[in-house]
Amino acid sequence: MSRLSTESELNTLRETLVSARQTIVKSITMCGGTGCQASGCKAVVEAVKAELAKKELADDVDLKVTGCHGFCEQGPLMVIEPGNIFYCHVSPEDAAEIVETTIVGGEAVERLLYTDPGTGEVAKTESQIPFYAAQDQVLIGRNKQLDPQSIEDYIAGGGYKALAKVLAQANPEAVIDEVKTSGLRGRGGGGFPTGRKWESCRAAANGQGRYVICNADEGDPGAYMDRSILEGNPHSVIEGMIIGAYAIDSNQGAMYIRNEYPLALKHSQVAIEQARQYGLLGDNILGSGFSFDVEIARGAGAFVCGESTALMASLEGKVGEPSPKDIHTTEKGLWDRPTNLNNVETWANIPGIIDNGGEWFAAKGTKTSTGTKVFALTGQVKNTGLVEVPMGTSIRTVVFDIGGGAPEGGKVKAVQTGGPSGGCLPVSKFNLKIDFDTLDKAGSMVGSGGMVVMDEKTCMVDVAKYFLEFLQDESCGKCVPCRVGVDRMLEIVTDISQGRGRPEHLDLLEELGETIAETSLCALGKTAPNPVLSTLKYFRKEYEAHINDGQCPAGVCRELISYKIDPDKCNGCGLCAKACPHDVISGEKKQPHTIDQEICTKCGICHDTCKFDAAIVV
Amino acid sequence: MITAVNDKLREIIDARAGEPRFLIECLQDIQETQGYISEDAMHAVSERLCVPLIEVYRVASFYKAFSLKPRGKYIITVCMGTACHVRGSHRMIDEVSGQLGIEAGETTEDQLFTVESVNCLGACALGPVVVVNGTYYHHMTPGKLRKLIQSFRDAEQEALENV
Repeated sequence: MSRLSTESELNTLRETLVSARQTIVKSITMCGGTGCQASGCKAVVEAVKAELAKKELADDVDLKVTGCHGFCEQGPLMVIEPGNIFYCHVSPEDAAEIVETTIVGGEAVERLLYTDPGTGEVAKTESQIPFYAAQDQVLIGRNKQLDPQSIEDYIAGGGYKALAKVLAQANPEAVIDEVKTSGLRGRGGGGFPTGRKWESCRAAANGQGRYVICNADEGDPGAYMDRSILEGNPHSVIEGMIIGAYAIDSNQGAMYIRNEYPLALKHSQVAIEQARQYGLLGDNILGSGFSFDVEIARGAGAFVCGESTALMASLEGKVGEPSPKDIHTTEKGLWDRPTNLNNVETWANIPGIIDNGGEWFAAKGTKTSTGTKVFALTGQVKNTGLVEVPMGTSIRTVVFDIGGGAPEGGKVKAVQTGGPSGGCLPVSKFNLKIDFDTLDKAGSMVGSGGMVVMDEKTCMVDVAKYFLEFLQDESCGKCVPCRVGVDRMLEIVTDISQGRGRPEHLDLLEELGETIAETSLCALGKTAPNPVLSTLKYFRKEYEAHINDGQCPAGVCRELISYKIDPDKCNGCGLCAKACPHDVISGEKKQPHTIDQEICTKCGICHDTCKFDAAIVV
Repeated sequence: MITAVNDKLREIIDARAGEPRFLIECLQDIQETQGYISEDAMHAVSERLCVPLIEVYRVASFYKAFSLKPRGKYIITVCMGTACHVRGSHRMIDEVSGQLGIEAGETTEDQLFTVESVNCLGACALGPVVVVNGTYYHHMTPGKLRKLIQSFRDAEQEALENV
């Protein structure tokens, strides 16, 4: 690969790459996202490779491992061209049949196709699957088309075209205007207008240079959009950053990537190296005279570092504590220089906006929340995975049409959005549109895009307790309202969940929550009461049942329940006794078993194990 | 005074001599190399990077990526993210502590197993997720976890017998 020094050299390279790819007729695309890797896609790739070699087809078939396709629950996923045939749950043993039947014979292997669990309909292509049909995969869709470790794939698909366009026009203000026209708002959770942020950073006095940062410290539990974008299409983020740097006049950039995401780290490193080799990063990019380079910093496992000032402190090698924002980081950020920080998904949207125009982006979504947003749909829902929909799509569409509702036997009760900063919304609110302002008003938030579906087996007091425990653990401890306030809220909610709650606790929680929200230093503390306040607002009855009746309606809170074995249903198979991690179940073979209540920890494993519904919650 | 540390650590630390901004990066490399941050390593880092010892300790104890105690051969990480939580990840913690007799954050006496809980691993669609030394195990159940732990014990036993 040689350095590109003009826009026309980039175009020539693209043409060469595109024409070379036009000869490819047959291709196998394997999803290689973390989800599919966990499901064993690597072994499948090896098996397919071996099978192709055996049949001497290796040169005729393009075998590609890509980033996340989104439908993680069904992994490992495979797409075969021609025909856009979609296979799910592929195993290495299927390789021979796939090559023989589909690659050679051109027919689909029926048993590997997706069957809709609701209707029983078999889908041959992705577009026939309801999970994909209702989506608009602007960002995630590109993951399926390229090998994340090949800059050539990215360039062939139109990559770095937007950067070349921006450099050729040589008008940074026009770039900012285009982003402002798009209406793009920060995808990390804050929802601040991106164009305005860039504008204020550009306007800040530039003594020793400005910084551009990509926040890839995705820490919200239940969210992995950024991980999938970085793993699957790192060049889109890097191109976005270079364009942003050009617009605000910066020469130095950093990507702060979570250490728990090794694949995202590796792919970003490879992408940066490749971009440097092609002269798309470094000095005098495409002969424009503009220079910019990016370094990678690994996060060290602190949720609070997702907050911009804490992240910058961490980049400086310090403890990740936030600072007051009376002076914006766009004026005084990393090393006290003007710093523009955006989240992974925000950066990834930039090339598309420049390519297609701000108005193209603004035409999607709602008036105040434009474009598409990627959500991680997880929890008690049939189709878990990454979902990209235009802003303004209803919660119902996402949870039921795309997600397929609760798994067998369950009933959806609520959805939790926005991670620990967000809230829980009941089914009665599912007609709400997902956009920044609507969810905010309802007491939750879009946040970075986690959507955890909860069913009737989820206790909302337990959920509130879970988030408080998380926040107490992750609070950096710098300011009193967050450090002490969250601790006190956790004490009260723990009391409620253990049967020591008093009626006045509920008002106290609300009062405490409001104080913490008003007085905390950073967004972590300011939004920390949301999970409690939203569950109190919509699920107050559950709190009251714990306090007044000493009952946990969902059968979750351990101090309020116990497990018993129904002697009429128990046939003495002994499965539960074997499964019990603390050996508290005993009984003669083929005779009803009993649980020693004295030492039972109420973990519920017996309940999950019993095939005859004999281990019951009372 | 120059605190004695092994050559590998010395190399890691010397590469950042006089550069306090590389403190976290330096500790990350030490953590990766020796599995934890020893007191000696903290002293050496403080001396060479010109960072007060208290600050090195503060950073090392603030971030979850760093362990101040040696960890076991098998590091069992149980994801406690929201998605795993609503699918019953606390049962995995129960199973592990029942099997190994230790709580999250502890290491077994034989230095074989360390149990850790993490707030989210980002493999939410596949929950409950358990990671052992970097390998992901998805849709975990207490039963699967018990077999997994047994397989490690068997592997250790076999290794012992073959010596």
